[in-house]
Amino acid sequence: MATEILMPALSPTMEEGTLAKWLVKEGDTVSSGDIMAEIETDKATMEFEAVDEGIVGKILVAEGAEGVKVNTPIAVLVEEGESADDIAAPAAAPAAAVVEEAPVVAEAAAAPAQVAVDRSPDYPEGTEMVSTTVREALRDAMAEEMRADDTVFVMGEEVAEYQGAYKVTQGLLDEFGARRVVDTPITEHGFAGIGVGASWGGLKPIVEFMTFNFAMQAIDHIINSAAKTLYMSGGQMGSPIVFRGPNGAAARVAAQHSQDYAAWYASVPGLRVVQPYSAADAKGLLKSAIRDPNPVVFLENEILYGQSFDVPKLDDFTIPFGKARIWREGSDVTLVSWGIGMKYALEAAGELAKEGINAEVIDLRSLRPIDMPAVIESVKKTNRCVTIEEAWPVASMSDHIGSAIMREAFDYLDAPVLKCTGKDVPMPYAANLEKLALTSTKEVIDAVKAVTYR
Amino acid sequence: MAAKRATRSTRKSNASKEELLQYYKDMLLIRRFEEKAGQLYGMGLIGGFCHLYIGQEAVVVGLEACTEEDDKRITTYRDHGHMLACGMDPKGVMAELTGREGGLSKGKGGSMHMFSKEAHFYGGHGIVGANVPLGAGLAFSDKYKGNDRVTFTYFGDGAANQGQVYETYNMAQLWELPVIFVIENNKYAMGTSVQRATKSPSLWERGAAYGIKGEEVDGMDVLAVKEAGQRAVEHCRAAKGPYILEVMTYRYRGHSMSDPAKYRTRDEVQKMREERDAIEQVRARLLEADPKVEDELKAIDKEIKEVVNAAADFSKESPEPALSELWTDITIEA
Repeated sequence: MATEILMPALSPTMEEGTLAKWLVKEGDTVSSGDIMAEIETDKATMEFEAVDEGIVGKILVAEGAEGVKVNTPIAVLVEEGESADDIAAPAAAPAAAVVEEAPVVAEAAAAPAQVAVDRSPDYPEGTEMVSTTVREALRDAMAEEMRADDTVFVMGEEVAEYQGAYKVTQGLLDEFGARRVVDTPITEHGFAGIGVGASWGGLKPIVEFMTFNFAMQAIDHIINSAAKTLYMSGGQMGSPIVFRGPNGAAARVAAQHSQDYAAWYASVPGLRVVQPYSAADAKGLLKSAIRDPNPVVFLENEILYGQSFDVPKLDDFTIPFGKARIWREGSDVTLVSWGIGMKYALEAAGELAKEGINAEVIDLRSLRPIDMPAVIESVKKTNRCVTIEEAWPVASMSDHIGSAIMREAFDYLDAPVLKCTGKDVPMPYAANLEKLALTSTKEVIDAVKAVTYR
Repeated sequence: MAAKRATRSTRKSNASKEELLQYYKDMLLIRRFEEKAGQLYGMGLIGGFCHLYIGQEAVVVGLEACTEEDDKRITTYRDHGHMLACGMDPKGVMAELTGREGGLSKGKGGSMHMFSKEAHFYGGHGIVGANVPLGAGLAFSDKYKGNDRVTFTYFGDGAANQGQVYETYNMAQLWELPVIFVIENNKYAMGTSVQRATKSPSLWERGAAYGIKGEEVDGMDVLAVKEAGQRAVEHCRAAKGPYILEVMTYRYRGHSMSDPAKYRTRDEVQKMREERDAIEQVRARLLEADPKVEDELKAIDKEIKEVVNAAADFSKESPEPALSELWTDITIEA
């Protein structure tokens, strides 16, 4: 049976090309892999190989022809004893190969609406509370989950014998042994990849980065390997893994050890991103993170590790992602923050109250998913908003929140949404400059006064 | 058509006729599938990047012959051959290449990104070198669970220069992970020959710096690949840690469909095809032992052609994914 040979597409962007040279002539026998012609694409001159066996019955496009559209018949291949003249002239139109682009329907392309948000309390009223540091709360969360599930293990630098560079994993080696508390060499890129692979193999790794600054060496695995694989596999291959460690500025550790990555990771579909402030949230959210079937970036803070908060004494205390906590109710302005930014927000709210300004303070706790309804609801009540974070100001979470408020509560706003962020500089070492580079309680107070026109 | 006379290894082999016929069939499926994929690319049915495995078939077929139930495999973006060799449905693979609903990733992964939990195939990775620690991680999970399963981690001579490969070697040996690092050395990392990328005389010997055993293998001889694979598997199953196989192979086609391959001569490619072709070597072995096997080979040729044509038809008939698929499979809702 005669076969039409069509002008091939030889690059992802080629639409037409030049048939530079025929390397076969009519009557030649070709077999699979023989080079038939040279074709100039938009990128290069390519050799075009035969796929089928046969005899070149007829050459339809002469060499030197320019602007030959992809899928135009350029030759006819016939079998032994067959003549190209015997068969009907090939249709000039390209074979029905190119898929017609389906019109994009607006509704189908719109992102699904956020589901209703859980506004229930985190724990029952009257629950006994225990004063606990953030460090202990994180350790307790890991220990509880490791006791409950043998597939949970911790890996990272100094997590085992050294008991944790910041002592977050203290005691875990003694209880769970070296099989489940794994010291790694200093090799973030490698062990992050091993962690993701282990998660596909049925384990639930907790990968500790000594700080998230070092995770930049491993970010390819966090994003390309962990976050995207579920989608790329059509839903088959999830990555149940937690990447955790301190994030953002500590104190006097300079530019390479002081970056806040919240906005970077929060921009990635496929990740969960959590940044707790209190010890209770650290515990409840880390337990949720370990159980979550998705990759979770869990951003801690070195300065908060030693701070104590009340943690509910419950056998199994978890906090769902995407549920903000309202720390203070108020009517004059909404302060939105998370992580260590909450320290400034709460301090500012305390000071402002003395001046008769009642701030509502929202702790987002998780940034992806993000409880935007809690913010919008509050802004509709207070008509003003200030966001607080330690990260750089450009392309920040604050910008993301500000744009949502503009879109969904524009008519409610009595002032522009202001943001208090780290300054747009690498973190300086000098004490006075470092202080200047971070945001502060005073900046938050000033911003609130600006939006309340005081 | 007379069989081309491929130069083959003179090594004696006690491979049975059935075994050789199976290799012939498995390699031919990959060859014909890839030729068809190249054709569909030319017709505009496959878009973007498409890296064909033509020429390298003996590597994956030889190593798959060493696997047992629940062994794992992971590879790079040149992954069609690996998927076919571990038994994934040619229809699903081809329909993924055309970006259709019936593709193994529902059309959302494409040529470089397919997975199968069932076949223990863990991708399909587009970042050169990234699949190496991922493969070691799969092996970590088996060691953790205390079984004797092995993970085959395939990568190319190009990836062999990535830093994370050596981070992985270090940890794999440190923790005695049951992982076989398979370096498919096809001599060119896209357009850069191995000699232009490193002064190392060989790639597998780099493992010695970490105490990892390995060897170089003739990757055009499926029997040599299988024998080396068995040594590697035995080493790993005995909990002796990782093993490196540097399999010397050759890709006949460009790095991807849009590669004009000007970095090597046409003669070089022709010489490999005519003298070293893995499929022709097996064919020659079979015919040498028994000229009457020709009919069986013809029947296999016909069967493979039908399988590939059916895959191509399916890949054209399967509809494009529903637009709502844009928003699914991003996260798993607990």
